[in-house]
Amino acid sequence: MPKFLIWIAALAALIALPHGLSFSQQEILVFLTINVLLVASYRLLTLTGEWSLGHVVIMGVGAYSSALLTKKLGVYVPVSMLLGGVIAALIAVLLSFPLFRMKGFYFLIGSFAAGEIIRLLWKRFRDPFGGAKGIKGIDPMPDFSVGFYQFDFFEPTSYYYFAGVVVAVCLWILWRIEKSPVGLTFHAVHWQDKLAQASGVNVRAYRTLAFAIASGFAGISGALLAHYVGTINPNAFDIDLMVFVLTWAIVGGTATFYGPILGCVVLTVINEVVLRELGLEQMRPLIYGAIMILSILFLPNGLESIVQKLTKRRAAGGAPERSPAE
Amino acid sequence: MTDFLEVKDLTMRFGGLIAVDSLSFKVAHGSIHGLIGPNGAGKTTTFNMISGFYKPTSGQVLLRGEDISGLQMHEVARRGVVRTFQHSTLFAELTVLENALVGTHMPFRPNIFAAIIGWDKEDRSGAEARAKEALEFFGLDHVMQERAGDLSHGHQRALGMAVAYASHPDVILLDEPFTGMNPEETRQMMDLMKRLKADGITILIVEHDMQAIMGLCDNITCMSFGKFLAEGGPQEIRNHPAVIEAYLGGARHVA
Repeated sequence: MPKFLIWIAALAALIALPHGLSFSQQEILVFLTINVLLVASYRLLTLTGEWSLGHVVIMGVGAYSSALLTKKLGVYVPVSMLLGGVIAALIAVLLSFPLFRMKGFYFLIGSFAAGEIIRLLWKRFRDPFGGAKGIKGIDPMPDFSVGFYQFDFFEPTSYYYFAGVVVAVCLWILWRIEKSPVGLTFHAVHWQDKLAQASGVNVRAYRTLAFAIASGFAGISGALLAHYVGTINPNAFDIDLMVFVLTWAIVGGTATFYGPILGCVVLTVINEVVLRELGLEQMRPLIYGAIMILSILFLPNGLESIVQKLTKRRAAGGAPERSPAE
Repeated sequence: MTDFLEVKDLTMRFGGLIAVDSLSFKVAHGSIHGLIGPNGAGKTTTFNMISGFYKPTSGQVLLRGEDISGLQMHEVARRGVVRTFQHSTLFAELTVLENALVGTHMPFRPNIFAAIIGWDKEDRSGAEARAKEALEFFGLDHVMQERAGDLSHGHQRALGMAVAYASHPDVILLDEPFTGMNPEETRQMMDLMKRLKADGITILIVEHDMQAIMGLCDNITCMSFGKFLAEGGPQEIRNHPAVIEAYLGGARHVA
């Protein structure tokens, strides 16, 4: 079972990874883990063919919800994270009523407007959202011990393990959904919504479902972020971050499950390791823009197409591999 | 034969244009019914109103006595009326099998929670069996893993019907199924439709190909400029003076 061994090796590498990094790199690793969930959830939405510009704000909804639940109502932190995801999904269902009257480009712009409205509400209402300064002193994840390992959540390594487990579970659920008949229906809605409808698919309901699930997991990623950083404000969830999410998804490619994750990891590594070494991190937006344009020109199917080529070459000797239909 | 699908005073107005003007006809259960007429007669508009693609301006579509006009397309489909599309409207990026699996959406409704936990194995295998059955019926089982967009034109048309057939429909609405087919493919397609009829499926078919429609239909409704013109068996329609006039244009002396 070589595949099984590869998974074990990957798991061991992920567990060992933070111990070879500096403190600041460990912190970046935590953010990277959270962003992986953010971009993977974004892919579920793109399965139905809709691209949203409000995804990061929805992530913020999860962050604010979870933070407020712990601060005002004293909800236990892991539970509040889950509830943050649920609230983000519910907000998405509400937004779907006006937004899914639109398609394609109009949906894109509509989702941006909806996101800005939510952000302005956070800024406008000091109580309970704390206005432009946001919420400070969010309860951290309470420390606990699992016998062989003592979780101390002021240590990035501990939080990395915790977030890693949460993200892994979420990714597994997203993967199961995508590979299920529900996922197939999402594809059907994307490629030919009329034919899907003629087959009895309630297109509107499936669009809403994909939007709600994607938003729910974005909300969980936001909650993970809030309880790690301890402070959130409306500007943390602005269009800048959204552009990064789009860049990760486009550079990675959205045809496969791992494409956007690959894009997120590769670009973060480039950004944090290469640019920081060269002292160019201030030019991040410029360089991200250049990478995006270059990848659209020279790698239109994203980084995933390189992986597909490599795996195909290896499989060429054995059984003929079916190219993924996605 | 009982009245199964009935169109009553169906009217569609696009602004000032009356595309379909109080059209009425009945489709008997288990029959193949043709809807013909010259270009622009409003056949496809009628078709779109029956399938729920358009909401009629006035009039009714009755299925087993229930008014289904103005329902959404998926709601019409769930009542057993499934349509195909003109040209090759398919999920071109998906495989042939996946196309047919989408067709099984109604008999095997996916459940997201069961899918995550893995409690839908029976449904999945049932859907796959049904999809394969439909593909076999239309002679597509040998191209199951190919991309639908890579199929030949004839195969694509057959796949469009297989997707509709996979959902266990009572009525299949076929929108110009013979367009762009060579005589051999047309003949094969006609055989398949006869087999569908033998299966107890009612077929309503909009078509230009007179040869096919005359050889296939039990009953034919002819319309012209949005209005009902004539109805009857193939022989009657072929010799009907009004029909000949509509097609050949004021050639009364020929008839």
